[in-house]
Amino acid sequence: MNEEILISGRMNPHIDPTLGIWGWEIPLYLFLGGLAAGILFFASLYTLLGREKELPTAVRKATFLVPIILIVGLGALFLDLKNKLYFWQLYTTIRIESPMSWGAWILMLITPLSMAWCLSYWRDLAPGWKYKLEWLEYIEKLVNKYRKPMAWILIVSSVILGIYTGILLSAFNARPLWNTSILGPLFLVSGLSTGAATIMWLSKEQLERSLFSKIDLLLIGIEVFFIIHLFMGFMASNAAQIEAAGLFLGGAYTLPFWIGVVVLGLIVPAILEIMELRGRKIPVAIPALLILFGGLIFRFIMVDAGQISSYLY
Amino acid sequence: MRYAMVIDTKKCVGCSDCVVACQNENRVPIGYCRDWVIEHAKGAFPNVSIELRSERCNHCENSPCVRCCPTGASHYEEGGLVMVDRGACIGCGACVQSCPYNARFSHPEGYVDKCSFCNHRLKEGKSPSCVSVCPTNCMYFGDLNDSESQVSQLLKNRDWKVLAPEVGTKPQVYYLI
Ligand code: SF4
Ligand code: SF4
Repeated sequence: MNEEILISGRMNPHIDPTLGIWGWEIPLYLFLGGLAAGILFFASLYTLLGREKELPTAVRKATFLVPIILIVGLGALFLDLKNKLYFWQLYTTIRIESPMSWGAWILMLITPLSMAWCLSYWRDLAPGWKYKLEWLEYIEKLVNKYRKPMAWILIVSSVILGIYTGILLSAFNARPLWNTSILGPLFLVSGLSTGAATIMWLSKEQLERSLFSKIDLLLIGIEVFFIIHLFMGFMASNAAQIEAAGLFLGGAYTLPFWIGVVVLGLIVPAILEIMELRGRKIPVAIPALLILFGGLIFRFIMVDAGQISSYLY
Repeated sequence: MRYAMVIDTKKCVGCSDCVVACQNENRVPIGYCRDWVIEHAKGAFPNVSIELRSERCNHCENSPCVRCCPTGASHYEEGGLVMVDRGACIGCGACVQSCPYNARFSHPEGYVDKCSFCNHRLKEGKSPSCVSVCPTNCMYFGDLNDSESQVSQLLKNRDWKVLAPEVGTKPQVYYLI
């Protein structure tokens, strides 16, 4: 019995022949959101653990990137909007059921907080600053006074941000590939590992580098476990999800996913990091870049392939 | 009040009059459509069957497009109609992703558009324009909460199906089979 389906009437742009309403903007936004969440998570974690002195890159230096990353990410989200002049409507309501809504709000909270965090370390950037900038000093004093509570807020909101980048997709029950609750934790772990890779790359201290290289190894292990879990879940699910998983198991995304994301983005950097920890000289930029690149294309592949997967035709 | 549409796939001849009527009535931009006709051929020769279906937004009772909309632009109206408030839509595409029927599209003017069951006509006591032009009278429109209505009676007496019920959206366009 073979079945054939033919669409005659509909040819809506960006909907047919396959859905493509989200282009590069959303995957970039998800990647940058996860990266910012990762850096902020470690900065606040090690502040709360009282290890600011030993880990200057994690707590200070890397966080200077966060506001830039978040602003570029929000810019990408803005570019995705088709009715750009109405974007402020995002901030007229909070709709808990809509991940797009609480994601927009969590970014609204985390962006100014991350800026204040950086401003409190502004002397790192400009050690010999001559001019008197009272407002900088004011923010510096304020953040230093409330650093611990602020770190608590940041650690919680960075976890929410990281999970959100996955839940934004998994909330769509119409797309079988996305409709799995493992996507939230998977994207969170992937975001944390890109954050750790960035810190490792920027760091000049031996202790910090090897700490973050170990953290990265652990996170890669968890990610591989989640990916196996993802496919096990699909294969044990309904026909639409089995078909969606097929996109990665012989279908159009097989090569980019297994070679690009899994081998080049996870396994190769893991091997390089193990070799480095065993004392081989490996330029730290290589595993770091591979992890960042793997995380980026992972989002692109998931967003693209998810739009192809569907319940109907 | 629970508006629903019932479409007899045995009577549909696939002429696409409903599509043209809608494009006219709702000034749908050229190259876009709010409703469309599907030809669904099944089986292997000589046991082949063809089903023709006029499809559109199902005005789902549990609609993911309303749930996922960050601004509340997608909302329910009287009779269970699912509508888009053009002035509140930012065009983020979340609802487009969330519709298992791909019934929505991004209007060139920025907002998201889809079938409205011709709610402007319903207010005047008329039926949706696709229903009113169908040359074979294969479409019916009415209130499912009224057990005497034509749509309720048809669903009582005939075999029917809805599209992709497994997604859990509770679609309100019914196909007689
Ligand atoms: S068919 Fe799609 S657009 Fe219409 S109510 Fe259902 S989910 Fe929403
Ligand atoms: S595109 Fe418009 S209607 Fe759809 S979810 Fe976004 S704001 Fe709501």
